[in-house]
This record gives sequence, C-alpha cells and structure tokens, in this order.
Amino acid sequence: MKTSSISRRSALALGGAALLTPSAGLLAPAHAAGLAPTPTMRGGANNYRPNAPIVERIGGGGFWMTGTVRRAGDGAPLEGQRIQMWAHTTEGHERDAASHGATLTDADGVFRLEMPQIVPAFGQAHGHLAYDSGDFKTVFLRPLLASPNDTTMNVDFVLEPA
Amino acid sequence: MRVVLIWGALALAVATPIFAAANSPLLQWRDPIYIIAGFAGIIGMALMLLQPLLVSGVLPGPSPQTSRLLHRTGGAVLVLAVVVHVAGLWITSPPDVIDVLLFRSPTPFAIWGALAMWAVFAAALLAGLRGRLPLRAWRWGHTALVSLAVVGTIIHAIQILGTMEPITKSLLAILLGAALVLAIAKRRVWVMGLRARQS
Repeated sequence: MKTSSISRRSALALGGAALLTPSAGLLAPAHAAGLAPTPTMRGGANNYRPNAPIVERIGGGGFWMTGTVRRAGDGAPLEGQRIQMWAHTTEGHERDAASHGATLTDADGVFRLEMPQIVPAFGQAHGHLAYDSGDFKTVFLRPLLASPNDTTMNVDFVLEPA
Repeated sequence: MRVVLIWGALALAVATPIFAAANSPLLQWRDPIYIIAGFAGIIGMALMLLQPLLVSGVLPGPSPQTSRLLHRTGGAVLVLAVVVHVAGLWITSPPDVIDVLLFRSPTPFAIWGALAMWAVFAAALLAGLRGRLPLRAWRWGHTALVSLAVVGTIIHAIQILGTMEPITKSLLAILLGAALVLAIAKRRVWVMGLRARQS
C-alpha cells in the first residue's frame, strides 16, 4: 500500500498556515511603489449627499472624526483635500442634510471635524466618510466604532491619482 | 393552576424582551417609522416562539383545532411583521435595505435576516398550498423552512446592536431554538420520511 507523502502532522501545519496567512496580512498585494491606496468599503456610499458643505462643526458636536489623507506610493501628506462625512447621530438620521458636513486637510494631511455623537443604526455604530473631489480616485468608507460609547474615531485615507 | 402558570410564563417570555426594547436609549434618536420597523422585527421574533408551541400540543387550554387556527393566524401576522420590518427599514434608509436584499450588505447579520425573510415567506406559501401538496412534501418542506427562519432570525438578532436588550434577546433566542426542537420532536416530522423509504 502506498502511503501519502503528506503526514497528518504536516497537513495540519499546512492548513494552520493557510488559515493564518490572510489574517496576518500576508496576502496584501505587493505594491512596487509602497503605500497601497485605501479601497472603497461596501455600503460606504449609502445615503451619500454630494458636495456636503465645509463647516466648522456638524450640529452641536461632541464627537471627533479625525484622520489623515496621504498619497498612494510615497505616502506624502495631502493638504487641502476635502473629506465629507455623515452618520446616524443623536441629532439626526444619515439621510438628513444636517447630518452631513466636510472639512479640509491641513499641511500635514490631517483632518479633524466635530460632529454629534454617533449612535448605532442598522445594527452597527458606524460612520461614513468620502473623498470625492476628482483629483484622486473616489473613496467611500464605512468604518465601525470599536465601541458605541467611543467619542472619537480615526480614519486614514490613502488616495491614488484619478 | 398549571394552565395559568404555563400561559403566564409564555406571556412573560414574549413580553419581557419587548418591554426591555421599549426602554432602549436608542429610541430617542430614531424616527417613528424606524422605531415601528424595529419593533415589527422584535414582535415577529417573539411570534416565532408561539408558533411551534401552538402545533406541538404542549399548551393547555385550546383544542387542537383552535391551536391550528391560532397557528395559521400567527403565521399570517408573522408575514405581516416581516413586511413591516423590511418596509420600515427601507423608508428609513433605502440603500442599506437594497444592499441587504441583493446580498451585498457589509453587515454580517444582514444575510441571515434576508434568508429568514425568504424562509418565512416560503413557509407561508407552502401553508397556503398545503391542500395541493403531498403530505410528506408539506411536512418536510414546512419544517425545513421554518427551521431556517428560526436559525436565521436568531443569528440575525444576536449580532445586531439595536434596541433589543442583550440578555432578554439571548433568552428569547434560546427559547426560540428550544420551542422549534420541541415541536419537531412532538410532531415526529421524520417518521413520515422513514416510512416512505421502507415502502
């Protein structure tokens, strides 16, 4: 009888390695130029209202949405980029115009905008952010709050030229 | 006395999660239509506890005929609850519901909700066609579909961060599973399949 050259032990080890590979981020596509662009998330564009106005604060505030915008490849910070955001908050539903606002990144590619407290809606406490200004490819994000009690969320964009 | 206890326990099992959800802080930040949609879902889930108990013959009081009539009425109300649930969510946020119905939602619980919805509709459709179906197809079909509906609903509800209070939600989910198993065991659904294979 011919026995398989793969022992049970090595089969288990191989299976274990196969299971761990994606979670360890080892399957990320290799980018010769370095920093990979942020992919759009499923559902990210839901209840999007184009051209949200640049505001000092959305509503009464209380929750800080922060993040960075960098260029794909070399990771250079991008100044003056408009980031739009909206969410279901203590002051309104996602679809309400008053729930939407935008801000610009500073010289370090950092953006910060205060908005009302995000509350769970449609089963998850989540925010929506968009880069949709044309110079770079459009990106829609739908990040989850780690806890519905969080009062801040940090979201990083890596954009690739359009 | 036993009758009062059993029905009292059942009323408590159904009412407690609904009252707990009615005290959710999330309600203050939701429009009426969104609140109605949420409670239609909770009421539908609670009905899934009554439905198997009504056909398992464990509830004292109503005759088998009355129980069957109540089960049919409960099924119709369950279909209505699912419709109100989905329609209310659609009005609240159309793109989110469209994503769910197209099985492309980013939320992990959505697919289970959609699955449970179709299972409830199909189970009700089978009930409507019952007279024209072979008895075995009816029994196995209805049992398989309602099992899918119950399992889908449990996974859907447990994963959702919503108005339902976590402990009462988990208890209701456990009761749902237990009532389903009890009904399948009492009705001996599998017997007919075995007989057919022997003949």
